Amino acid sequence: MPTDEIVLEAIDICKQFPGVRANDHVNLSLHKGEILALLGENGAGKSTLMNIIYGLYHADSGAIKVKGREVTFVSPREAIHSGIGMVHQHFQLIPVMSVADNVVLGEEVTRGVLLDQTEAARRVRELSQQYNLAVEPGAIIEELPVGMQQRVEIIKALYRDAEILILDEPTAVLTPQEVEDLFKIMRDLSDRGVSIIFITHKLKEVLAVAHRIVVMRGGQVVGSALPAESTPESLAALMVGREVLLRVHKEAARPKDVVLEVANLSAHDDRQHPALRKVSFEVRSGEVLGVAGVQGNGQTELVEVLTGLRHGDSGQVRINGKDLTNASPRAVTSASCGHVPEDRQRFGLVGDYTVSENLVLNSYFEPPYAAPPSWRTLPLVAVLFAVPAIAIFAALAALWGEIQRLVVWPLVLSLFGITDVEAASRDAMKGPYLIELVETVVVALVLGYVAARLAFWLVNWVSKRGPAAGQTPRAGLVFNHTAVDAHASGLVAEYDIRTPSVETPGGSLSGGNQQKLVVAREFGRRPRLLIAAQPTRGIDVGSIEFIHQQIVAQRDAGAAVLLVSAELDEIMALSDRIVVMYKGEIVATVDAGAVTREQLGLLMAGAHAEDVLRSRPAASAA
Amino acid sequence: MLSARIVRGVGLPLLSVFTAVIIGGIFIILAGYDPIAAYQGLLDGAFGDAASLTRTLVKMTPLVFSGLAVAFGFKGGLFNIGVQGQLIMGSVTSAWIGFALPVDLGDPVLSTVVHVFLALLAGAVGGALWGAIPGLLKAYTGAHEVITTIMFNYIASNLISWLLYAGSPAEGIPPGLLNDGNGVIARTPSILQTAQLPVIYDPPGPQALHLGLFLAVIAAVFILFLMNRTTFGFELRMVGLNSPAARYSGISVKRITVLTMVISGALAGLAGAMQTLGVNYRYEPNQSLGLGFDAITVALLASSHPLGILVSAFLFGAMDAGGTRMQFNSGVPTEIVMVVQALILMFVAAEQIIRMIYRIRGKAEVGQKLSTGWGQR
Repeated sequence: MPTDEIVLEAIDICKQFPGVRANDHVNLSLHKGEILALLGENGAGKSTLMNIIYGLYHADSGAIKVKGREVTFVSPREAIHSGIGMVHQHFQLIPVMSVADNVVLGEEVTRGVLLDQTEAARRVRELSQQYNLAVEPGAIIEELPVGMQQRVEIIKALYRDAEILILDEPTAVLTPQEVEDLFKIMRDLSDRGVSIIFITHKLKEVLAVAHRIVVMRGGQVVGSALPAESTPESLAALMVGREVLLRVHKEAARPKDVVLEVANLSAHDDRQHPALRKVSFEVRSGEVLGVAGVQGNGQTELVEVLTGLRHGDSGQVRINGKDLTNASPRAVTSASCGHVPEDRQRFGLVGDYTVSENLVLNSYFEPPYAAPPSWRTLPLVAVLFAVPAIAIFAALAALWGEIQRLVVWPLVLSLFGITDVEAASRDAMKGPYLIELVETVVVALVLGYVAARLAFWLVNWVSKRGPAAGQTPRAGLVFNHTAVDAHASGLVAEYDIRTPSVETPGGSLSGGNQQKLVVAREFGRRPRLLIAAQPTRGIDVGSIEFIHQQIVAQRDAGAAVLLVSAELDEIMALSDRIVVMYKGEIVATVDAGAVTREQLGLLMAGAHAEDVLRSRPAASAA
Repeated sequence: MLSARIVRGVGLPLLSVFTAVIIGGIFIILAGYDPIAAYQGLLDGAFGDAASLTRTLVKMTPLVFSGLAVAFGFKGGLFNIGVQGQLIMGSVTSAWIGFALPVDLGDPVLSTVVHVFLALLAGAVGGALWGAIPGLLKAYTGAHEVITTIMFNYIASNLISWLLYAGSPAEGIPPGLLNDGNGVIARTPSILQTAQLPVIYDPPGPQALHLGLFLAVIAAVFILFLMNRTTFGFELRMVGLNSPAARYSGISVKRITVLTMVISGALAGLAGAMQTLGVNYRYEPNQSLGLGFDAITVALLASSHPLGILVSAFLFGAMDAGGTRMQFNSGVPTEIVMVVQALILMFVAAEQIIRMIYRIRGKAEVGQKLSTGWGQR
């Protein structure tokens, strides 16, 4: 419970990055035992502020006070010694080591030169009992679920005597159950006097767990509120700076013909355990089918098999009536299927490629982006290039040879005062011959360049005029950057991707804009089938609103949409029908209008469909 | 953005070379010689007169090809340490076509054009096939290319030793299949006149500038074009940068992996062919000693940029060419050149040292990702 004692204060913090004022006179105070939610969109300055407090960045101006004493941290080590612990969004754990080893890493318990692993395990067990953080010290990190790994991170901070905990987007990777557990842990910690700063952009979570809410926007603190006096709408408006539609407006679906047909599909996961067991469903044009389920119940594998990224063991997949079971990703894309992948960093984009390159990531080989010569025309093109290039070069070189022999060489010799080259060979080596050698190399390179340019221009000229009537016009021999950039400019405007230019590397955009980029690429092709996996994971409210609207727009334009999401609210808001997956099976198929949040939650936890849905005759159990 | 790229691409390599030269000078002083005289000798031996500059340009030629081979692998996400092996395979196959396939089309110019082309092609194919095996192993079994290419270096050098074995007439042991039958030295017969790379410039002195330099420049421009302007280059770089994303976008990562190794091997084979067809006019076992490993430094110094490789290969060619004159003029052993080259590699690989010495601010970047981890496909 919060007390009056202030443990942490940030006073008038300013931090300037090139082109961005990340923190603009920010003030913040944290009381002992308080859970303070720091709410804001991506790029609002939350992480910058926390990194300043944690000693990773240095503020341009302003002060940090810990328990009333002003501090300047040069590194996180000093922040840790002042009792500040941080749990990053991406865990800083070593996957192959045990829980105890990870916790004590850097502060090892030793006996002489040896590690005392028994003592380390004892201390970890003691901490986990003291704070109700059940975790086995001997377990190996990579074998633990994400929620457990997070607990290890928290124990790691507590082991270093943290009294102030900073949790950076802690719920982004958790299942609904794990989120509940985390909140319980946070309340326990707060009762024991630990103060927590909880960074998030999820409104419901803030209202559920925080004692006080501070909202940031554009590098400034724009307001603070108490959960009891706030609604999701009021917080969202504060965060985004305008009214936000939290509910998606959509008309009733008008499903038409079947686009995606999945029959008895089975597959294994990476560890060769069965992940899909005889899954069957269909998606029609003009409807959104939501796949609900706790993460790790086969949804990832389902999407991967459908899109050609994983090999299915048995069963059948038909798209637009065409059998595409275990087809290649390119065949699936060519069958007019758009795929927003679950992991955008890994699959969705290439961080070092520009925005425009990322926007043609799976259509770069099609006109007008590229029209390379086919294997049949390639020899023709090569001859067309080589013959003029060699001819032009030979003509120019012969011309230069004459000039060299008649004009330049006598001139060089007279310059050095040499009449008989043979007699003066030692001196000639340093003077005229050296000049002649450099001249030969340079002239040959220049003439070669000129010849190549002329020949290249000739080939392009022929290839532009060449094609007979009825053929698609060739844009040139190679990757057509003009067309790629034009395509990108259109999508950047249409999908409101915030980027300095289309030449910016995709990886330097914010998470929400990266996702908009992926969405723009996949939706922009107007696919007949749209597979969207976790389309709004880890992105800001404004972007979520936009992407939700786009999904509905695609549906209304006649696309069949398969939506996979761990966010129950998202599934409820967008789906027309919902299938629930549990342990690789579809345990229920229901109409979205005829099921409650609670019923879905029970189904996702493995309850029997007949028991859950008995009171609702409208729903059809599978 | 642009200025950061220039600092990284040009400034840091220049400072690395500069620092290596300074530290090399300290070593020379410690060894009791005059560093000024040594470096003067080095410069004189590399650029001082027409013969020196020719030597530099000739030494640079195979380094351009082998540097391109390493860089091409890097761009496709592969660390091809097997350039040395592919290079000697290429030099032997080009020698074989050079001496065993008489080409006489009546006209000597036409014969030379055809024979040189065929011999170069043979060099490229020899290197490409030798590179293809680790590529196939990586693509279909996940065997890491660093391990397999190192092993294939040994296989290549021993295979060639067997093929070139001089035999022992006294004991009645016959020579190897490609030996010229001199009974003493392990080498191939001389290549035919028609297979020799045409000489472009012949100053008084032993060394002549052959066509290879210009082929190297054309190769560099072609590789630049291939990587940045074609759909194949787009696919190749995508596999190198993020292979899951490449798979997602419908690219066959296996196909690209094999092709990358094939092209990298072909470039390495051409590097070997340059020595055989342009310098030695036969294959002798120590003609390409260490070329495939210098190539790694050349590629790293140029940040794998094909035009940068022309510059860094020129630098390394000059150091190789000037070493003898340096020893002659100042008494400093040529090995000091290798020390400087090794220091350059160290500073380029660990650029944080250079950033620290010269207080260059900038994001502490976690180096370029050169290769994927063990067992990943």
